[in-house]
Amino acid sequence: MKVSHLTVSNISKKFDKNEVIKNLAFTIDKNEFVSIIGPSGSGKSTIFSLIGGILSPDQGTIHLDHQVINGKRGFISYMPQTPSLLPWRTIVENVLLGQELQGKKEKKAALEMIDIAGLTGYENAYPHELSGGMKQRASFIRALLSPQSIICLDEPFSALDELTRLDMQKWLLSIWEEHRRTILFVTHNIEEALFLSDRIIVLSNKPSQVAAEFQVPFSRPREESLFLEDEFLEWKRKIYYSLKKTGE
Amino acid sequence: MVLLLLFIVWETVAIKSRVPDWLLPTPTKIFYEGFNGWANFYPDLLSTIKLSLLGFALGLLIGLLTAILLHLLPFIRESIYPLLIISQNIPIIVLAPLLVIWFGFGLLPKMIVITLVCFFPITVAALDGFKQTSNELKHYMIMAGASNKQLFWKLELPYALPSLFSGLKISATYSVMGAVISEWLGAKDGIGVYMTLASSSFRTDRVFVAIFSIVALSLLFFSIIVLIERWLVRWQLKGAK
Repeated sequence: MKVSHLTVSNISKKFDKNEVIKNLAFTIDKNEFVSIIGPSGSGKSTIFSLIGGILSPDQGTIHLDHQVINGKRGFISYMPQTPSLLPWRTIVENVLLGQELQGKKEKKAALEMIDIAGLTGYENAYPHELSGGMKQRASFIRALLSPQSIICLDEPFSALDELTRLDMQKWLLSIWEEHRRTILFVTHNIEEALFLSDRIIVLSNKPSQVAAEFQVPFSRPREESLFLEDEFLEWKRKIYYSLKKTGE
Repeated sequence: MVLLLLFIVWETVAIKSRVPDWLLPTPTKIFYEGFNGWANFYPDLLSTIKLSLLGFALGLLIGLLTAILLHLLPFIRESIYPLLIISQNIPIIVLAPLLVIWFGFGLLPKMIVITLVCFFPITVAALDGFKQTSNELKHYMIMAGASNKQLFWKLELPYALPSLFSGLKISATYSVMGAVISEWLGAKDGIGVYMTLASSSFRTDRVFVAIFSIVALSLLFFSIIVLIERWLVRWQLKGAK
């Protein structure tokens, strides 16, 4: 039997009497790009807190390879909704932070990555000197350079304007297709999930469960023109209806 | 400029109304005394500088340690914080003679006085700084697997620096005052001693020399702290531009 990279088995979480997650189960394979989509308030961020080890599930287990990581921190690398760069560190120092927290720093790799990310010349700039999109790129390569094998992205582009977001999605794909990693991507944007992922998990309303799962059929590398193809729109409709059903 | 104007007004009023020197000497006379009596005065000045620096360093150390302790152990904070406030409500002037009775005329009671004056602004400022640490950044650090130690050294302490420096600026000016007060307790030299001698012999000009040098010293300490702040918190200054 093939062992998945991340296995979430039947986890439940309650806050007082409020059941946020109930018997949630899903898996992610190595180097797979999986998106989680759910109605707002469906406990998406709670799922991340559980995988990140800030919270422990009341029931069920979370496996990374063969290891149980319930309530253990430091097994994932993380990119939050806001860039969350430390304002007193230069971009290089910020990008290295993820590695620094786990032990060793590789400045050379970081500089190369900054280059690839199109931030050349900003290595020694401070975060406030960068635009919103650039900060998010720095935040992403910080996650990418961290030694952990799985990256969790929490609605990373939701605070950006439409055009920048599209640019960032294309940029993320191009980097990821070159430097494959396992990615768990939380979003509320169907198009974004379709464009980026291999697989989409639709969550139900509270208490969260997996309502539906879709294997995204589009081949890679993907182009921007995909957004306008009939098949893409067909899929969008399909996911939209399944999402709508969960909201009722 | 304003200071110069003030001196000119002072000078003319003092001369016009023929105020006797022992009541209010003119600024020129004060500067004349400061210049002439320099050889006499500067050992006192030096001794006060030494005392304030030492006291400030100790205040900084204790202030910072208290803040870190109270920050890392919240259950202690509840019980200790009121004590800290009480420590600031005890009039130093009353406490000082007691300290002499308890600890004699040595360095210790003086250090206690200066530290008592200095540590509080530092502790409060640092604590506030730690508390204001952005939740967003904290959330990232925890999710990325930062240990508590890393969280403190890499996030909370640097985040508190600007706030800490506001406290340091206040403490730096207080430290000179604290030193002078502690010299009143009984010391061989120091601006405090010089001042007591001068006022008891009606050498008002010398009293003013002492006052001016205290002000100058406080300003000097203040600007040194500002310079250090500019260098350490330079990332923020760039942002302001």
